[in-house]
Amino acid sequence: MSDSMKISSNPHVRSKATVSGIMAAVVVALMPAAGYGIYHFGPRALELILISIVSTVGTEFLFGLIRKKETVGDLSAVVTGLLLALNLPVSVPWWLPVIGGVFAILVVKELFGGLGQNFMNPALAARCFLLISFPALMTDFSYDAVTGPTPLAALKAGESVNVLDMIVGRTAGTIGETSLIAIVAGACFLILLGIIDLRIPGSYLITFLLFEAVFGRHGFDPAYLSAQLAGGGLMLGAFFMATDYVTRPITIGGQYLFGIFLGLMTGIFRIYGPGAEGVSYAIILGNLLVPLIEKITWPTAFGKGGGRREK
Amino acid sequence: MAKLTFTGGIHPYDGKELSKDKPILDFLPKGEMVYLLSQHIGAPARPVVKKGDSVLVGQKIAESVAFVSAPVHSSVSGTVKAIEPRRAVSGDMVQSIVIENDEMYDEVGFYPEAPLEKLSKTDIIDIIKEAGIVGMGGAGFPTHVKLSPKDPRKIDYIIANCAECEPYLTSDYRRMMEEPEKLIGGMKVILKLFDKALGILAIEDNKPDCIRIMKELTKNENRIVVKALKTKYPQGAERQIVYATTGRKINSSMLPADVGCIVNNVDTMVAVYRAVVEGIPSMERIITVTGDCIARPRNYRVRIGSSYRQLVEEAGGFTVQPEKIICGGPMMGVGIFDLDVPVTKTSTALLALSKDEVSLLAPSACINCGRCAQVCPGRVVPSRLADAAEHFDEETFLKYNGMECCECGCCSYICPAKRQLTQEIKSMRKIILAKRKK
Repeated sequence: MSDSMKISSNPHVRSKATVSGIMAAVVVALMPAAGYGIYHFGPRALELILISIVSTVGTEFLFGLIRKKETVGDLSAVVTGLLLALNLPVSVPWWLPVIGGVFAILVVKELFGGLGQNFMNPALAARCFLLISFPALMTDFSYDAVTGPTPLAALKAGESVNVLDMIVGRTAGTIGETSLIAIVAGACFLILLGIIDLRIPGSYLITFLLFEAVFGRHGFDPAYLSAQLAGGGLMLGAFFMATDYVTRPITIGGQYLFGIFLGLMTGIFRIYGPGAEGVSYAIILGNLLVPLIEKITWPTAFGKGGGRREK
Repeated sequence: MAKLTFTGGIHPYDGKELSKDKPILDFLPKGEMVYLLSQHIGAPARPVVKKGDSVLVGQKIAESVAFVSAPVHSSVSGTVKAIEPRRAVSGDMVQSIVIENDEMYDEVGFYPEAPLEKLSKTDIIDIIKEAGIVGMGGAGFPTHVKLSPKDPRKIDYIIANCAECEPYLTSDYRRMMEEPEKLIGGMKVILKLFDKALGILAIEDNKPDCIRIMKELTKNENRIVVKALKTKYPQGAERQIVYATTGRKINSSMLPADVGCIVNNVDTMVAVYRAVVEGIPSMERIITVTGDCIARPRNYRVRIGSSYRQLVEEAGGFTVQPEKIICGGPMMGVGIFDLDVPVTKTSTALLALSKDEVSLLAPSACINCGRCAQVCPGRVVPSRLADAAEHFDEETFLKYNGMECCECGCCSYICPAKRQLTQEIKSMRKIILAKRKK
């Protein structure tokens, strides 16, 4: 028999899906949000996005040299860098995404064992790290020499906001969070490809809305609720960060529970917290609870438990 | 009505168009025939011939020595050349009877014991046992054992597994298109054993012509129904087909008979028909010879004991050098390194592929995407089981229901990180099962 014959245990065929393919799809799905950010905030936004991606990919590459195992090709560092940039205000200095990028990849991801081993979303953990370390820089949402509050801050201060502007994205905020249309378009792309599903975003958003309606002191006021839904990092967080494979529960029941928890926490932070925002902290907290959530929602194997069921 | 199916499963490229429209051809082997004494689950058969004996087609050459065992019959006429270990598909050396085929095909003469109406239940079971019939879908469990459950009155359904969910395989399909009455005849024989059972022909809906023929042929049979199943791998796995057709669930520690079901594969039912109604023992089966390297993909009626090498030559040989040759389908089949192995009662196909997708794709880190858990018909979480298996962590493996894995391969197929999930879980299960046997 020829030497070229291969022997292996079954199965002998594989699907076309690859990790780098999934990551590339996520990058493509983030393009509308990034593109709108660049259009809305100007070329400086593009610079920050590129700086951020170069820092995350560069860190991953350098760490790969130390580990003697190069993993840049899986594109996960590109996703982290892009997400981090989309979560920064356009006014930050160039070194902020560099610090964030290094922190995300080195501390949050690689030190825990690399892709698949981190227990927090690297981009979000880096954002929270920057928020705590550089609060003034991270909450300066001035752009075009205009200093204005974000819609959520205005809402919290009791002012009225233009919901249509929020849906299109003509507001202050981080680079990638302002346009609801752009984010949802990207999310639809991922849902159509089957890369994410509505379990987490759906349960997250519905829980959040219900919580706001009951405890938000505005009742079922549609203008207030839609502003809450469209404002801040909620949409970006719900569709692109809460759904991060590595840091969400693998069990299906757990995913619903995870979404509900995020909805509750976001509601609590936004209504009772000192700031107007709460999505990042909610997701980070949720990430920490994943092992517990998985434990209580572990699936029953086929045919285990329960008796006969006639059709 | 929602289609009958199960939760999980995958839709791999099915490759059936290569061979599905080609009528079954008879294959006549030449030279040496090899009959493994262990083509079934249970005790190996004991030879009743010796070197130098002449044998006829249909002559018993090895007898069963225990309840869970099956005799072996010669499928050619000729002379016993040797009784010695020969290589089997698994790569192991297995004690075998080697017969030099004289190509005369002189038969012992086949006569049914009695008309079906005159046979008692024990007569039927005895005939099936003597005919050496075993589960021909791959497991090789002796059929007479399967048909002798503890309490036959508790059997409600006899399921003919006509799903043929494994990609590339079309042997059951061709059999059903060309000899549907033999499948139905086999079902009627088995139904005679179980007074209150209903016969179900469970066919995947990618074979609408087959469903139509079976419905037409069974329209006056009040004890046989045809059920169309959603086309999805592994629809033909025993637990999944029982669930899809009856809504009853079994786990790894149960048999279908525990929930009142008995499942038999198409070729097995046809073998039952041939044994009981025509008096012919289990000596042949339909084998799909296919893949992108095979010149003329076909289904062949093959005498058990034939060599795979001759079968490939019959199909026109290889057009390009295959990188991987598989006995069986791509999901559950066994990769072989030597074509000089014999066809057994449990062979289903020979698949020659020019590219081995497995060796092209190196495994990388798990990203916890959960696709494996979504497609797992056993409703376990393969990625976590494989983690436990990597660390030989038996406790976690068992806690996460690792023994419920049916090794169907869906998780390895779907994994974007190309992890060897099925393989890791399979190895761990083998280790645990071996420990339990001690």
